[in-house]
Amino acid sequence: MSDMTQKTSGDSAARYVLELQNISKSFGLVQANKDIDLQIKPGTIHGIIGENGAGKSTLMNILYGLHRADTGQMMIDGAETKVKSSADALSLGIGMVHQHFMLIPRFTVLENVMLGSEGGALLNAGRVATAAKLAELGKSFDMEVDPDALVSDLNVGTRQRVEILKALKSGAKILILDEPTGVLTPQEATQLFEILHRLRESGVTILLITHKLEEIMAITDNVSIMRRGEMVGHRKTNETNPQELAELMVGRKVLLNVEKPTAKPTDVALSVRNLGCMSSGGYKILDDLSFDVRAGEILGIAGVSGNGQTPLMEVLAGMRVPDEGSFDILGKTITPKSVITPRHMRENQIGHIPEDRHKHGLVLSLEAYENMVLGFHNSDITGEKRLMDKQHMLDHCAAKMEQYDIRPRNPKLLASNFSGGNQQKIVVAREMHQNPKLLIVGEPTRGVDVGAIEFIHKELIALRDQGCAIILVSVELDEIMGLSDRILVMNKGQEVATIDGAEASAQKLGLMMAGIADEAAA
Amino acid sequence: MSVVKPLPRWADLIFLPLINLCVAFFICGIVVWMIGENPFTALAVMIKGAFVYPGGLGYTLYYTTNFIFTGLAVATAFHAGLFNIGGEGQAYVGSLGILAASSMFAPFMPALLLVLLCIVGSALLGALWAMIPAYLQAKRGSHIVITTIMFNFLAFSLMGWLLAGPLIQPNQQSPQSSPLPEGAHMPKAQAVLDWFGVGIADSLLNMSFILALVALAVFWVLIWKTRLGFEIRTVGKNQDAALYAGINVSKIIIITMMVSGGFAGLLAVNEVMGAQHRVVLNYTAGYGFTGIAVALMGRNHPVGIFFASLLFGALFQGGTELDFEFTSITRDMVLLIQGMIILFSGALAYMFSPTLSRILSRGGS
Amino acid sequence: MIDFFYQALWTLDATLRVATPLILCAMAGIFSERSGIVDISLEGKLLSGAFVAAAVTALTGSAWVGLFAAMGASVAMSLLHGFACITHRGDQVVSGLAINILASGLTVILGIALFKRGGQTPTLAADERFRPIELWLSETLNGIPVIGPIYKELISGHSLLVYVALACVPLAAFILYRTRFGLRLRAVGEVPIAVDSAGVSVAWLRYRALIIGGLFCGIAGAYLSISHGANFVREMSAGKGYIALAAVIFGNWRPWRAFGACLMFGFLDAITSRMQGVDLPLIGEIPGQLMLALPYILTILLLSGFIGRPSPPSAIGQPYRK
Repeated sequence: MSDMTQKTSGDSAARYVLELQNISKSFGLVQANKDIDLQIKPGTIHGIIGENGAGKSTLMNILYGLHRADTGQMMIDGAETKVKSSADALSLGIGMVHQHFMLIPRFTVLENVMLGSEGGALLNAGRVATAAKLAELGKSFDMEVDPDALVSDLNVGTRQRVEILKALKSGAKILILDEPTGVLTPQEATQLFEILHRLRESGVTILLITHKLEEIMAITDNVSIMRRGEMVGHRKTNETNPQELAELMVGRKVLLNVEKPTAKPTDVALSVRNLGCMSSGGYKILDDLSFDVRAGEILGIAGVSGNGQTPLMEVLAGMRVPDEGSFDILGKTITPKSVITPRHMRENQIGHIPEDRHKHGLVLSLEAYENMVLGFHNSDITGEKRLMDKQHMLDHCAAKMEQYDIRPRNPKLLASNFSGGNQQKIVVAREMHQNPKLLIVGEPTRGVDVGAIEFIHKELIALRDQGCAIILVSVELDEIMGLSDRILVMNKGQEVATIDGAEASAQKLGLMMAGIADEAAA
Repeated sequence: MSVVKPLPRWADLIFLPLINLCVAFFICGIVVWMIGENPFTALAVMIKGAFVYPGGLGYTLYYTTNFIFTGLAVATAFHAGLFNIGGEGQAYVGSLGILAASSMFAPFMPALLLVLLCIVGSALLGALWAMIPAYLQAKRGSHIVITTIMFNFLAFSLMGWLLAGPLIQPNQQSPQSSPLPEGAHMPKAQAVLDWFGVGIADSLLNMSFILALVALAVFWVLIWKTRLGFEIRTVGKNQDAALYAGINVSKIIIITMMVSGGFAGLLAVNEVMGAQHRVVLNYTAGYGFTGIAVALMGRNHPVGIFFASLLFGALFQGGTELDFEFTSITRDMVLLIQGMIILFSGALAYMFSPTLSRILSRGGS
Repeated sequence: MIDFFYQALWTLDATLRVATPLILCAMAGIFSERSGIVDISLEGKLLSGAFVAAAVTALTGSAWVGLFAAMGASVAMSLLHGFACITHRGDQVVSGLAINILASGLTVILGIALFKRGGQTPTLAADERFRPIELWLSETLNGIPVIGPIYKELISGHSLLVYVALACVPLAAFILYRTRFGLRLRAVGEVPIAVDSAGVSVAWLRYRALIIGGLFCGIAGAYLSISHGANFVREMSAGKGYIALAAVIFGNWRPWRAFGACLMFGFLDAITSRMQGVDLPLIGEIPGQLMLALPYILTILLLSGFIGRPSPPSAIGQPYRK
């Protein structure tokens, strides 16, 4: 602890504990970081905010030695340093809590914390010392963890504490947290913030990487804003406001307003009754969920990611069998006993734009025209002959590329060679091609450029006005509020409330997403 | 994260594999030279043996037939992302289908039909032997690499027991089955061509070679033209996307492995019906393993598999010639070449890719 | 009764002899697989070890030189495996297979080139081999009933390499569970990026694991050709590497359990040769092939979750990329 507290008395030689100058880094043709300058004062919580893909993670990986910068300098305590590996970073007192935890589930907490700094060739001595250190750190920051518990038995919040303890134990005085609340419940996030405050008080400098404005406003002292690989501004948090930050982040007025005529909902297309699902670990991930969606309306589903949205979409798309309840979909009733596959769903004119296009939506190493028929390869868009008709598929793909403005217009290009926006358009074109009666949409604009976002939003509205029922799952509240006619908020697999799209505000939804329905309604 | 442009298609498909092949041969050449023989003389002997001597080409194509079957077996599984190391065992067990079909139908079936039934029998038994590990992977989660290896040993044990016991030729000591009835023999190439008035030297080459060419075509259509092939390739490249697309992944794994095992089983047609006319102990002689080298070298494409099979056919036939001409190098040399090819065309396939890419882009700019 | 006692004793004695190369190879397999590298090349390393041990001993007359040369040869094979699948991130199964086939070819080619005996090496004289060691007091204690014969027949009278193999089990367990290296090794087979981010080199850890495996396989090979046997014959390893791999799986990638599996597989082998031609009541004669196939059948049943659930290292088979 002692070495940390020393640093608080900002000695005059180094006004900044960490300083970056002109850091640039490119991967192939993509410039991930360009001329980045950054100055961090000791003992502060410094936020770095930017949209997905703005280059935040690359910058942090450079700091932590996982990537090497092409150009630029880095100063720690005023002295120029080179960080070539994470070992260098650790020895310079830089610790990192990664977005995906670097923990070994089959190891105990103690073993995880020891890894890399075992204190000798044999484990015994180090074990005792580490346990003592762990207890001490746990006590001083109020984050005690059972050292002998297996990490696989811990919940996400506790695992994150183990990560933080691991960094502190190896003597970190600069702690980088990469999107730390992405996987946390609001309560866990609050507890994390309390821990971060205590760490700051003891002199640790914290770098908080996030794309959430409210976190920046709630906890940081200073904030730097990144956009498209560049640093576009530095602010003192108490001298700025969310509106300004948001504008800096996206480079335009936020809250995209899509032309949206009033919805004219008709018959019920999907009716979900008491739906329940268990995780493989035996937790309820969908809990007694009931709602209706009508033809001609968009039902938005809001929630912190990991609150049941994914299993809900998988169940509705036929990829997962529910454990309880039932749903009526276009006149068919699906129960836990039904034998149902995504193929049946597609044959019944149900489309599904999945949350993760790289995992589910596309086969990246197949060509565009083959991806354009994925899932519909038994339908007549592959030709009516016994064998697949390549020319027919190429023509179909070329037509869709024209209609959806997919570039480059080359049906024989591998899916991996398209940009994120164009890849997403391939998925959208495919799932909309049969004019679905129900469309399940997950994160339709994640990692998609602005032009494509507007295009996709317009297509969704147009489809709705043709009488399609749409379920839209998104963690972006702007998207939910901009498109939805009604909004269902989920928390821990349950419905918190359903409100009219016109009545929604970010504040109200935020409270509901945290599981607080009454206050929000009041 | 070095910045290397991807190779152009021709370089990736033809040039790089050729470089890998040359390196493999070069190292084998060094071994020959270290033993104290001239690698070029050895090569010349092998080429003569494989193509020039009377009957040489026939034997080369006879071996080629084997490798086309086992190469296709490995390649089919590869397209579904599965590594079938069990071709050896599947081919071995395939012979039981021939024995069963010939003993059941020989008394009353005309020769042509009997041959067809025996072919079906061998493919079926090979498919069934491959189905068990496939089922275990698809439904019980055991890894197919390990299980197919073990199924090879099970096949050796099973066949060893059958050939020494229940299936042994009566009043014989050596572990082999009774001869096949005449009607179940695959016609020899020499006999068929003679009938057309073309005379060639005698060899073990038989009509199974035509069957192998048909198998290559079937494979091409299956993988690239059918909806099943599309599903197989999707499963091989992205199982999550396959699930999303409504493809029954378990079913595809089982079907693919059965097709794969069926191809392997056809090896028995060439060996048992075409050459030995009975089932002898260990007649698969490692051909199943060579299939892995063939598929790797042939990039799982029928044209590539054909040429890779031809190369290995020539190596096997030329290798036997080494035994006659040299005292210190034998056909075991072929094993070394095979190992080197698996190493360089398989495990180290992309070792030269960055270098080649750099050279090509420098030449281009 | 006495007769049965001695029969049992001799069977267990044979078990130990058969199990020795399995134990050594299984420990080798545990090290490489625990580091995340699939090791079907145990067979090839064992075979090359056996050949080099016999060849070098025949040339130098010293079993010790042969032993160290065998270890060197197996380590060289390990390094090749590492070069392909650690440095170049090649497919580990393909690389392992290549090594096995290379070993089959090279041992015979070099054998013929060196000794012109169709791939065999010359038969070694008794003093050129690791011969059975009579342990202290084994004759004296033999008079004591039960314990005496057990000591003399089962515990004493093995080659040094058998005792080395037995010592390797606690050694492997100690390294894996009690040392810094072991902790990191187990970690790198589970979540390699966690090891990397802790500032430890993934590649070097895996290379070391493979090298240790090579050393063990080399000893196992030497046991085959210059201790248990007196020369090298082609394909001498005869699938023992694969049985050892089965034992690794059967032992759930843990040294003591794998040791148990080796003993069980060795025992099956030992009683098979004793039961040849023996008619058991009700069952009749059990085919030797079935007994020899049992390790594979059991392992397949285990892998398929019919008897217990295996838990392989999480990162096994996946090349590490940042």
